[in-house]
Amino acid sequence: MTPRTLFDKVWDAHVVHRFPEGPALLYVDLHLVHEVTSPQAFEGLRRAGRRVRRPERTVATVDHNVPTGDRTVPLDDPIAATQLDALALNAQAFGVELFDLASPQQGIVHVIGPELGLTQPGMVVVCGDSHTSTHGAFGAFALGIGTSEVEHVLATQCLVLSKPPTMEARFTGRRSAGVTAKDLILALIGRIGTAGAAGHVLEYTGDAIGALSMEERMTVCNMSIEAGARAGMIAPDETTFAYLEGRARAPSNHDWGRTVVAWRQLPSDPGAVYERRVDLDAAGVAPQVTWGTNPGMVTDITGYVPNPADFATPGERQAVERALAYMALTPGTPLEGLPIERVFVGSCTNARIEDLRAAALVARGRKVAPGVRAMVVPGSQQVKAQGEREGLDRIFVEAGFEWRNSGCSLCLGMNADVLQRGERCASTSNRNFEGRQGAGGRTHLMSPAMAAAAAVAGRLVDVREWS
Amino acid sequence: MTLTPFVRYSGKCAALPRANVDTDQIIPKQFLKRVERTGFGPALFYDWRFRPDGSENPDFELNRPEAAGATILIAGANFGCGSSREHAVWALAEYGFRAVVAPSFADIFTANCCQNGVAPVRLSGDGIDELLRRCRAGNGAYGVTIDLEAQRVMDDAGFSAAFAMDPYRREMLLRGLDEIGRTLLEEPRIADFERSRS
Repeated sequence: MTPRTLFDKVWDAHVVHRFPEGPALLYVDLHLVHEVTSPQAFEGLRRAGRRVRRPERTVATVDHNVPTGDRTVPLDDPIAATQLDALALNAQAFGVELFDLASPQQGIVHVIGPELGLTQPGMVVVCGDSHTSTHGAFGAFALGIGTSEVEHVLATQCLVLSKPPTMEARFTGRRSAGVTAKDLILALIGRIGTAGAAGHVLEYTGDAIGALSMEERMTVCNMSIEAGARAGMIAPDETTFAYLEGRARAPSNHDWGRTVVAWRQLPSDPGAVYERRVDLDAAGVAPQVTWGTNPGMVTDITGYVPNPADFATPGERQAVERALAYMALTPGTPLEGLPIERVFVGSCTNARIEDLRAAALVARGRKVAPGVRAMVVPGSQQVKAQGEREGLDRIFVEAGFEWRNSGCSLCLGMNADVLQRGERCASTSNRNFEGRQGAGGRTHLMSPAMAAAAAVAGRLVDVREWS
Repeated sequence: MTLTPFVRYSGKCAALPRANVDTDQIIPKQFLKRVERTGFGPALFYDWRFRPDGSENPDFELNRPEAAGATILIAGANFGCGSSREHAVWALAEYGFRAVVAPSFADIFTANCCQNGVAPVRLSGDGIDELLRRCRAGNGAYGVTIDLEAQRVMDDAGFSAAFAMDPYRREMLLRGLDEIGRTLLEEPRIADFERSRS
């Protein structure tokens, strides 16, 4: 038999039908739903008199526009409230389970899926959100879809998709201290660009990936979309199984052994062929910081703001000039030392318990610099509760960070958590697009430890120099 | 949902010669709170079209007089990258665009276009450069015809370039297909698949 990749195996196991024009009808195991990209899909079902085909494979939560402050008071944004109400009504009318604002399991959709054990190896997972790639950390094929496709999956439990080619991203070597999963993925995007994996499914391989925890793997897969990939995947292994065992929605004790045997068959066969390959030496990666307005505009913290003249094409030069004007940066300026006014530790990229521990380790016994507003937004209410059991909340609050409720928050600024025009932010999120965190706001992406250190210093610093 | 089929379409062009135009720019997040598919056109490219004080930014490409009434957008590579928000396509369509012509598109954006009768037309970088040149020279009077059946973009001054499109997506656009209705024709296969796994 022809050796197959992890992706080939997951794909093959989900093909319901092949259309004559080429694409497949692909079965979806898990459909995650949130308040912003679903109302029009449910409305479409309603108008056509359709039902949700598999409500038991559909799970909803609220995350994008929810307030992260006091949850006992009504929302002060009536339009956001309408969207939350619409999801509650739709979930009830169509029989979909919903983790709402009152639920102790509420959180960012890509944090709660894995946390609850809903996300499992070998699954096809979809959600109306581009960072669905996160779930690929479990060896699932997980991809973001638009609202019309959300409606399609609700109605049919299937997605129409042409099989994408694969790209292997092999990370070898040992990371040095202070270098995180976030730095690995930012370094890769810096290398291949924001369209570097366009149309492809990335599989991350190599000893540096195998050495990552599940939460670190989620950080890597989360940003696959920032390289333009359809999805990102990592082969399941003992780390994966250990993470999942005993989780609420993971296979029960009775089925566990049999399920793990099946999961062990998923990793790519020796000799399996990827259409493309890129290699990256993890030992050569330094803490990364973005300087521009897309995640590919990134360099080492010890680096400098680049000069547009050093770029090859007129298009690139123009894009860099535009980015530097927006970011108010001058070529040749060292990134280390750049003053910041805001810090955000949060998002589906970096708001799991290990991320908060890393930030707390830096914040412990220190103070947020005068004039800096720093917030920690746990990825879920369960992460928040865990953080409080470990005393992380006290460390953050004593240091002057805000300790908030879970949600997407300042990653996309759909709620009240936004940057003011001109504010510069050290952020653990995934996108530094113009206006992403607030119109006129300036985002520098980095790891949680780097962001916490920036909060204390009031400027970008190299966390490797901190004890 | 029924869509207007996209077969052969002629329209005026506007140029947005920037690469990596992300969906956060096409429709900023503060406009994503609507529960309808409509009402997004006025917010298209909001942070580029309008200054902080709310006045129009005369320098933005689509605000220039020569872009008025355009229905075909010519743009740079990796158009529509970033967020999966279909609101970006709803905004483009409501503003009046029936097609975007670019060297490349982000995957989710491409799918979203085809679900809404907006054609994502992928031309070579050289083809785009030539179109941009002609668009500039036309000074507000430049138009092209997009023939989806023949898979060609043409103008009436000799430009003609072929483009490729996924056959399934092309069929959807040509026929204004309701994808769900079509998939539901395969319901017995879906049911079989579910039985085979249980």
